[in-house]
Amino acid sequence: METNMVFGNDLNLKATELRLGLPGTEESEQLQSIKNNKRSSSEMDLASQKGTGKQESEAPAPKAQVVGWPPVRSYRKNALTKRPESDATGFFVKVSMDGAPYLRKIDLNVYKNYLDLLKALENMFKCTIGVYSEREGYNGSEFAPTYEDKDGDWMLVGDVPWDMFIVSCKRLRVMKGSEAKGLGCL
Amino acid sequence: MDPNPKKPNIPTPDSAISNGSTHSYSLVPDEVLEKVLSLVDSHKDRNSVSLVCKNWYNAERWTRTNLFIGNCYSVSPEIVARRFPRIKSVRLKGKPRFSDFNMLPRDWGADVNPWVVMFAKVYPFLEELRLKRMTVSDESLELLAKSFPDFKALSLSSCDGFSDDGLNAIATHCMSDLFPFEESVEVAQIMVEAVADCNSEFVLRCREISVSNVKASSEEGRYSTEKSMVSFLSRFSTSWTYSKVVLLDVSFLEHEKRNLTELNIQDNGTEDIGGGWLSCFPDNFVSLQVLNFASLNSEVSFEALERLVSRCKSLRVLKVNESVNLEQLQRLIVLAPQLTELGTGSFMQELTPRQYEDLEISFRNFKDIQALSGLWEVTSLYLPVIYGACAGLTFLNLSEAALQSVEFSKLLAHCPNLLRLWVVDTVEDKGLEAVGSSCPLLEELRVFPADPYDRHHRHGVTDSGFLAVSHGCRKLHYVLYFCRRMTNAAVVTIVQNCPDFTHFRLCIMNPGQPDYITNEPMDEAFAAVAKTCTKLQRLSVSGLLTDLTFEYIGKYAKNLETLSVAFAGSSDRGMQCVLEGCPKLRKLEIRDCPFGNAALLSGLEKYERMRSLWMSACNLTMKGCMLLARKMPRLNVEVIKDEESDDSQADKVYVYRSIAGPRQDAPPFVLTL
Repeated sequence: METNMVFGNDLNLKATELRLGLPGTEESEQLQSIKNNKRSSSEMDLASQKGTGKQESEAPAPKAQVVGWPPVRSYRKNALTKRPESDATGFFVKVSMDGAPYLRKIDLNVYKNYLDLLKALENMFKCTIGVYSEREGYNGSEFAPTYEDKDGDWMLVGDVPWDMFIVSCKRLRVMKGSEAKGLGCL
Repeated sequence: MDPNPKKPNIPTPDSAISNGSTHSYSLVPDEVLEKVLSLVDSHKDRNSVSLVCKNWYNAERWTRTNLFIGNCYSVSPEIVARRFPRIKSVRLKGKPRFSDFNMLPRDWGADVNPWVVMFAKVYPFLEELRLKRMTVSDESLELLAKSFPDFKALSLSSCDGFSDDGLNAIATHCMSDLFPFEESVEVAQIMVEAVADCNSEFVLRCREISVSNVKASSEEGRYSTEKSMVSFLSRFSTSWTYSKVVLLDVSFLEHEKRNLTELNIQDNGTEDIGGGWLSCFPDNFVSLQVLNFASLNSEVSFEALERLVSRCKSLRVLKVNESVNLEQLQRLIVLAPQLTELGTGSFMQELTPRQYEDLEISFRNFKDIQALSGLWEVTSLYLPVIYGACAGLTFLNLSEAALQSVEFSKLLAHCPNLLRLWVVDTVEDKGLEAVGSSCPLLEELRVFPADPYDRHHRHGVTDSGFLAVSHGCRKLHYVLYFCRRMTNAAVVTIVQNCPDFTHFRLCIMNPGQPDYITNEPMDEAFAAVAKTCTKLQRLSVSGLLTDLTFEYIGKYAKNLETLSVAFAGSSDRGMQCVLEGCPKLRKLEIRDCPFGNAALLSGLEKYERMRSLWMSACNLTMKGCMLLARKMPRLNVEVIKDEESDDSQADKVYVYRSIAGPRQDAPPFVLTL
């Protein structure tokens, strides 16, 4: 805490002053000049106090969004939404299982490849999906994992490279019984 | 209607010259002066010419055919109509630039309709209309479509307000109802010969051809075939036929095609406007040269598009939207190997090896391609199909394709002749190193942020990427760079490597961020830019900046025309330095800076020499703005009221010179002081 012994006779208002910023830090010239309007958050003022020479070792606080900043046009789509595997907030898809009373949701970002995904599905629904083969799909298993792609078609999980699957998968469905066997017989 | 309204004979006495001496230019006959002036294209030069004397003013206004209006509210349609009688092409800009970033409320203005109404009355031979940041309603587009038989080119950049219906009208009326001139002359001559030979059958056939093309109710178009041959022939005498030809008053050699050649829609908002318009082009419409609908969201009829491309043999620019997939793209480009600019659709499709090969071959078949864009969702898997088209490429726009550095570097190895490159910062510094090594001729680089709101904490590009480009691309003169880290030292070196910058737009995305190594303000960086780049016309500053930056800008940036400032400066002095120091300043846009009334009022005389000033979230009050308005009556001082802010603060201020007086169409939240 700041001690203002220098201002002996003063009421030491500075020490008890209510202001934004970490305790013990100086309010720099620059901070005063950046207008603290209702749109920016206190985090922004924090960021501008780097003039104190502190290393920014902590993870950056979630920044408040200021209207019109950075100056990018709104139509310019966030290119990252096209690559959900790098989306830190998760890419959740619905998973339905034939015969189950309700659906589940999983985050595709969590898995690195098909093996991980299938294991997770097996765990979630207490079933055995088995091993994928290009020729026979999941033949031999009672279950077949399928997904709906961007065009609305139902595809067998495992045919395309994982990267491509991640981007085109909209939802999953684990088929069961004769329908599932049908795929394997093709 | 007469395409060339004749200038009235105004006597031009030499005594009009005030100082009495006889200047040599007063002896130049008007016709000669006009002939010479008709060769002057630049509107800046023309504005200078018009100031010389009354003679030259008149000669200039009669010979101006291209109209450029940088701020639609600086002048009114009536004033323009009175001054310029012979306009064939118009470029018109509306809203202030910050409207691109949602800083202007909806319905602010810049409606093109009063202009279109005026053009329809006064410039019926208008050929080109290019609009930027204007609101264009469907009614305006319909009026446009129907009013100009010679209309050739429509360009809408960052415009809004229209939908499928408006574009529908443009497509439907893209062909003039009149018979193409060459053909009408031919038909007239043939008819005359047939009449002389008494070949009535032939005459009737010619008449049928011409009638089928003339929809207007002209006197010759309404005969039924029952009417007697004699009465028909009596109307079609030789003299009558030739008189019609003569009346058109256009020489055979000068006349150009009367149909639409360009439809160019760029940077449209995300509104879904529908895609039915493309199907409205008539089946016999073949003159299209430029078609750009890349920024429109909706799906268009691919069959209609394919037919259109196949019959428009002069098509040189084709930019489709994301709804067109790779298979469809392939079908289009085999029909148009003559393209000079191509904007692809989406690359997200699984191709068979055969399809991949076909696409590769098609791209290789482009002999004249200079610009490539689109490439939505392209992955490293399919990016190589375009390699065959890259050798001659001068402009590569990857701003919709989030490439990684590896695939990007491989691609660049095929593009040695690039002059302009737009990329997303997913390529990172490593990708920019490849730019430096592969593209020595590069003149323009734009790096856009994939993640502007920093939700995923990606690395993006930094000072080292920019440095790498500057080392390899010494001809760089235009840069737009979004980054999260920058140092003064890097920028100093960059401008030493590339002193010819005319446009330097650096955006350090965290507001008020200092040099990340020294923690100093970024003043030295922009001082170096101002000092070293003597040709600098446009500058955008960012990062932690004190008044020092603006002192340097005012002192050294003598050619600066446009300055954008955000979250910078320490006091009024900063803005004052710029207003006092930059003689060529035309556009100044400021947001979130500590500049107040004193700064605003220090630029009184300056604002009349500028196009506009924008200040938002600064320290301006209504009192200060009212004072400005009172002192400078020829400026429009507009305050956009924000419901939340209190009444004494002026949160968004837009100041511009105008000879049209205050806006007549201002919405309730815009106060003109």
